[in-house]
Amino acid sequence: MDKEPNDIINEVTQGDYKYGFYTDIEMEMAPRGLTEDTIRYISAKKNEPEFLLQWRLKAYHKWLEMTEPTWANIHYPPIGYQSIFYYAAPKQRKELESIDQVDPELVKTFEKLGISLEEQKRLTGVAVDAVIDSVSVKTTFSDTLAKLGIIFCSFSEAVLHHPDLIRQYMGMSVPYDDNFFATLNSAVFSDGSFCYIPKGVRCPIELSTYFRINAANTGQFERTLIIADEGSYVSYMEGCTAPRRDENQLHAAVVEIITMKDAEVKYSTVQNWYPGDKQGKGGVYNFVTKRGICKGNNSKISWTQVETGSAITWKYPSVVLMGDNTIGEFYSVAVTNNYQQADTGSKMIHLGKNTKSTIISKGISAGFSNNSYRGLVRMGKKADNSRNYSQCDSLLLGDKCGAHTFPYLKVENKNSIVEHEATTSKISEDQLFYCNQRGIWNEGAIGLIVNGYAKDVLNKLPMEFAVEAQKLLSISLEGSVG
Amino acid sequence: MLKISNLHVSINNKEIIKGLNLEVKAGEVHAIMGPNGTGKSTLASVIAGREIYEITSGTIFYKGKDIQTMSIEERASEGIFLGFQYPVEIPGVSMTNFMKTAVNEQRKYRGQDPLNSTDFLALMEEKKKLVEIQSNLTNRSVNEGFSGGEKKKNEIFQMAMLDPALAILDETDSGLDIDALRVVANGVVKLRRPDNAFIIITHYQRLLDYIVPDFVHVLFEGRIVKSGRKELAMELEERGYEWLKNGNF
Ligand SMILES: Nc1ncnc2c1ncn2[C@@H]1O[C@H](COP(=O)(O)OP(=O)(O)OP(=O)(O)O)[C@@H](O)[C@H]1O
Ligand SMILES: [Mg+2]
Repeated sequence: MDKEPNDIINEVTQGDYKYGFYTDIEMEMAPRGLTEDTIRYISAKKNEPEFLLQWRLKAYHKWLEMTEPTWANIHYPPIGYQSIFYYAAPKQRKELESIDQVDPELVKTFEKLGISLEEQKRLTGVAVDAVIDSVSVKTTFSDTLAKLGIIFCSFSEAVLHHPDLIRQYMGMSVPYDDNFFATLNSAVFSDGSFCYIPKGVRCPIELSTYFRINAANTGQFERTLIIADEGSYVSYMEGCTAPRRDENQLHAAVVEIITMKDAEVKYSTVQNWYPGDKQGKGGVYNFVTKRGICKGNNSKISWTQVETGSAITWKYPSVVLMGDNTIGEFYSVAVTNNYQQADTGSKMIHLGKNTKSTIISKGISAGFSNNSYRGLVRMGKKADNSRNYSQCDSLLLGDKCGAHTFPYLKVENKNSIVEHEATTSKISEDQLFYCNQRGIWNEGAIGLIVNGYAKDVLNKLPMEFAVEAQKLLSISLEGSVG
Repeated sequence: MLKISNLHVSINNKEIIKGLNLEVKAGEVHAIMGPNGTGKSTLASVIAGREIYEITSGTIFYKGKDIQTMSIEERASEGIFLGFQYPVEIPGVSMTNFMKTAVNEQRKYRGQDPLNSTDFLALMEEKKKLVEIQSNLTNRSVNEGFSGGEKKKNEIFQMAMLDPALAILDETDSGLDIDALRVVANGVVKLRRPDNAFIIITHYQRLLDYIVPDFVHVLFEGRIVKSGRKELAMELEERGYEWLKNGNF
């Protein structure tokens, strides 16, 4: 049963389950592949109520009829959906024995980001002896929230303790049959986060998945649902700047947000999944569906994202502006280096009157990478006096990379205004020389210039996240010039 | 400090500097004058290490070291400062952040600890006073939307911050109003010390009224065709460059 450390590393870095699990763990796993039985197995393991099982099955049957989308500007070998394990109990996650078994490049990055050794172990899946600090942090944290009536827990816990909320809101933003990847997620989702902010409550702390250590290892088919009741506010942070290794290559997450009258949700993401090595081998395929509905009048949803990881990113955080006077925002920095590919952007669907949306997208491409912005702005028939402003900038480092912009417009209302601006620039030799002449080496110079370029987006991030994100941008582009 | 011997420089196979000799010692101020397009900015860029220029023959020694073995950043960290004729805009990068990065990277090169924020801001305040530059410039992004004159003042501010051993100012006086000219000139006068040196590229004698140079050189078609004391600048102002052509020297 014992494996040589080398085997374990190979297994982990090759990004699949080729060697299988230990026998005692196999008991806790559904067999490879996806059938109706797999779904029944997952649902039973999680003690789910009948309605949820039916929901999963409905999605599964729909998914069988769907075909994988091919319109995105990304290329990858076919995904073997029948060779994936769709259920493995989280506690049986394979653990490395020591940090020495982790890709040294990754460890170097951790050090540059100033991440503690314990934290490094947790993020890379090395066994951690005791996380006393985290446990106590978690407890004080939960107490504060409970006093305010805020529910913040894993999706599975919410299913067990708040089934009515799940039943009422799940699928409201992202229906079970929304798209190939979201439908797959609806059938097989493992776990994720749930958050409910009651009427009139302003959540006093940034809610972060980072704190919820228990649910941290649920990456592959994650599902998040955030409900902001009337007049409430929450700032929610997903992910962290540390690169995260995951043996699962395919990720298909779903995030749903619903805001009632006068409510506001700020959702910030730093996505830094393993991007593959310098030759483009390995790396996570990230197919995410994120959508919010501004259901009540005067409500607001903002998406802010910093995307630096993954081999493939396919992601369009969107807002449906249903209520009158609602506001949707999307601020994005997407970095691609080496052989990474990103096709990302946003959809703003204006349905109510006096609705406003803003899209600021900053793409940065280096190496041999490909970076596309894809956005849709739709002004519905009843969206009188509505406005959208979109600004899509691309910055190129080097001449082997690509930047593309695909804006789509659908205007069905004459009283609405849509503005779109786009620029493409390069880091100029003049700017580099100017920095170099002041004693700033290329790495630092690129960090400065890129952070300056992305400033409008970084400013939207919560403070402590922003500082880390700045470092991350510089690190992601190391060695990309000169 | 700086010794240039028989320097030839080309860009795209076009020879621009054609056998130039110049020696600058610590404590000296040299002015370089000459008609447009004769290679003054080229010379400044070559000393700073800009890679698009090719040194085809000759040598440049700085502090006794062959400069061609040093990168742009090493030259900067060893004390070479170039005040640009056309300073570059870096959108979104605050002057504070830019200068902090520059100061600390130079300190790192010299094996010194980085300045913390408090010490750095104190240094900034001190230098701002010294060169009489307002906070409304240093609070903005590097040169972004600066007027021509503001960009030049900003070069002087950066020079004060980095305290170079050899400062080359390329037409830092062009396009300045009288007050700004005084600011730029005073900056140099205040920073002038026995252990540093300045090369001042200018078209106008008026700057040299404030900063009295030890030597004035005329650069013409890639060579220094005449050198003299400050009186030469006045003569050039009166007579132009015509008399220096046709082998009149
Ligand atoms: N990148 C370049 N490509 C081609 N020619 C160049 C380049 N840079 C400079 N030159 C040429 O080299 C010559 C010298 O230019 P330089 O900028 O050094 O002149 P200058 O003496 O500084 O002039 P000014 O007084 O107008 O600033 C000019 O003829 C110019 O056109
Ligand atoms: Mg010039």
